[in-house]
Amino acid sequence: MDGVHDMGGMDGFGQIVRESNEPAFHKAWEGRVMAMNRALGAAGAWNIDMARFSREALPPAVYLSSSYYQRWQLALELLLIDRGLIDADELAAGQGLRPGKRLRRGKFTTADLDRVMTRPCCARPPDAPARFTPGDQVRAKNIHPRTHTRLPRYVRGHTGIVERVQGCHVFPDASALGKPEAQWLYTVRFQGQELWGKETDPTLTVSVEAFEPYLDPQ
Amino acid sequence: MAQADGHDHESGSELSEIELRVRALETVLTEKGYVDPNALDLIVEAYETKIGPHIGQRVIARAWSDPAFKQQLLDDATQAVRTLTEVNRVSDHLVAVENTPTLHNIVVCTLCSCYPWDVLGLPPVWYKSAPYRSRAVKDPRGVLAEFGVTLPADTKIRVWDSTAETRFLVVPMRPAGTEGWAEDPLASLVTRDSMIGAGLPKAATEPA
Repeated sequence: MDGVHDMGGMDGFGQIVRESNEPAFHKAWEGRVMAMNRALGAAGAWNIDMARFSREALPPAVYLSSSYYQRWQLALELLLIDRGLIDADELAAGQGLRPGKRLRRGKFTTADLDRVMTRPCCARPPDAPARFTPGDQVRAKNIHPRTHTRLPRYVRGHTGIVERVQGCHVFPDASALGKPEAQWLYTVRFQGQELWGKETDPTLTVSVEAFEPYLDPQ
Repeated sequence: MAQADGHDHESGSELSEIELRVRALETVLTEKGYVDPNALDLIVEAYETKIGPHIGQRVIARAWSDPAFKQQLLDDATQAVRTLTEVNRVSDHLVAVENTPTLHNIVVCTLCSCYPWDVLGLPPVWYKSAPYRSRAVKDPRGVLAEFGVTLPADTKIRVWDSTAETRFLVVPMRPAGTEGWAEDPLASLVTRDSMIGAGLPKAATEPA
C-alpha cells in the first residue's frame, strides 16, 4: 500500500536525534510489547508479513505520531482482534473473558525461546529458474497494490542493474495475504541521479532487495 | 514478572495510558493461554543482556585479523559467522558488505526497521526514526555529516535498503596504526554505528 511507512526520500522530518548509551528498552512496557510480538509470531498466530502490514495499515496520523513500540502495540491489538484471538471487550476489561483458541504451534512457553531468537529461513525451492542474472538492466514496475508490498515507491518506474541473486524467498506480497508463494530475490542497484535527478550526488548508488514480480527486463 | 514495574511509570503513581494498555494486553494473552509471561521475561532478558553489538564487534575483529575469514564473510556471512564459536546463532540471509578507500556502504530500512538483530542487537531509536529512514536513501552524505562523518568527495556512497529478509552488516575499514593488534583490542575499536555504515571505527589512538 502507498502508506506513510514508505518514507524513502520524503522531506521535512527534521534532524536525526541520537542518544549515547541507549538502553535496549527505554521503558519496561517496550520490552513487553516486543516480546509479545515475537512470541505470538513464533506461536504461529500470523507471519512476519502480516505483522508488518498491520503496522503499515495504521492511519497515517497515528503512524507518524506514535513511537516505534506504540505502533507495535496498536497493530498487535488490531491483529489479535482481527484474527479472533481476543475480543475488544477483553482488552477494555484487562482480562480474558472467554477461553483462548488454539494457536498453530500452541502456547508460547519458556521452552520455545530458541525459536524466537533467530528469524526463520525464508529461502524456498524455486518453481522456475531465475529470470535475471547479475548485470541485467531492469526497470522496477510502476505498481501500486493496496495490499502489502516491499517495493518502495522511490524506485518504481526507475531503471537499475541486477547486482546479486539472493536466492528464491518467500514472497511477502503473497505471504501477507496468507498465500504461500516463493519468488526469486535480487539486489538491484540504482544510480542516485536516476532516482533523485541530476542535482544529486553523482557518487551515490542505492540498492533495494527486489522480488522478480517487481521487475521488468529493460 | 518484569511487568511489575511500578517504579517505571512516567509521573507520580499513575501508570501511563500505554503502560496500562500493554499490561491489559499481556494479562489477556496470559489468561487465554497464548503466552507464558515467564517466556516473555526471557525474550526481554536476551535482548537486554545477550544479543548486542558485541557480537558484530567479534565478527569484524576476526575479519580484520584473518583474510580467509573476511573472504568467507563476504561470500556468505551467515555461514562464516556460524563458524565463530563465541557466537551462538545467526539467522539466514546475512550479507556483509565491505568499505574500501573508494566506497562507503550505509544500511537503512525505508519501509520499517529491518536490522541485523543477531549481530547488532535491537536497532537504536534513530535507525527506526522517520528522519533517518526518509533521508538515508536520498542524502546519505548529509546524514553522515550530521553524524560527524565527512568522507572525501570522491568516495562513492552505496546505500543498502533492507527491503527483504536479507540483512546487511558493514565491514568497516581497519583503522590505521593497528598492525599486529590482537582481536580483543581490535574489537574495542568497532562501533555499532560503523557496522551500520553510519559511523567509522574508533581511531587507534582513541581510548577504547
